[in-house]
Amino acid sequence: MEILFLLIPLSVYLVIFILLGLWWAIYNGQFEDLSAEGERILLDD
Amino acid sequence: MEQSVCQAHYNDKVIRQFSIMAVIWGVVGMSVGLFIAAQLAWPELNFGIPWLSYGRLRPLHTNAVIFAFGGCALFATSYYVVQRTGQTNLFLPKLAEFTFWGWQLVILMAAITLPMGYTSGKEYAELEWPIDILIAIVWVCYAIVFFGTIGKRKVKHIYVANWFYGAFIIAVAILHIVNSAEIPSGFFKSYSAYAGVQNGNPAPITIASAPLIQLCLT
Repeated sequence: MEILFLLIPLSVYLVIFILLGLWWAIYNGQFEDLSAEGERILLDD
Repeated sequence: MEQSVCQAHYNDKVIRQFSIMAVIWGVVGMSVGLFIAAQLAWPELNFGIPWLSYGRLRPLHTNAVIFAFGGCALFATSYYVVQRTGQTNLFLPKLAEFTFWGWQLVILMAAITLPMGYTSGKEYAELEWPIDILIAIVWVCYAIVFFGTIGKRKVKHIYVANWFYGAFIIAVAILHIVNSAEIPSGFFKSYSAYAGVQNGNPAPITIASAPLIQLCLT
């Protein structure tokens, strides 16, 4: 069970990484106008 | 809507290679599955040969359908989606080519070592340490190609499927590196870093927890 001393800090680090990614996505405008982006891939360009 | 000149130059070769092999490994892996299923009813189908025994062929079947068939299908579709939704070619095409041949080598080594009886005994992580190292190398290259392609995209918005592919690439990398941590003690023999009864069969909880986490996030 000593592996938890590695796994728990590793998981915390991973969550921080995920939250940083979420922060970047919001401030980069990834969540603006989701329906238009969903339709964009269906267009022939 | 203006036509972009680079539309015609998507890297479809590696996608085609992975797609063809996905079909082939699907047939091979499921045939092995059918064969061992038949052995449950007719045990004599192992013909007394160790290489055809249920215990050796079952991990060959699971690895073939999950990593060979499923893996190639995910490589093919992720490379397809990331290029077209980003309207750009793959990042480092030679590295993408290496991911194909490297992955096929992993599968080939699995197909040879598993029937020979080399196994770590951990479900869905049966492959021994030299193959685990090769998997880690190929997977890191895959991550570089995939995330690099997202980085050089011509469209600002990252289409949602790419987030799922990216998450799967990171999740499998973490799972592989952490779960397959083992200390080699011979050419194809190693001892898991997680000895003891609590770690007897980690596969079900790692697999079951994924949909639970996804449910909580949505």
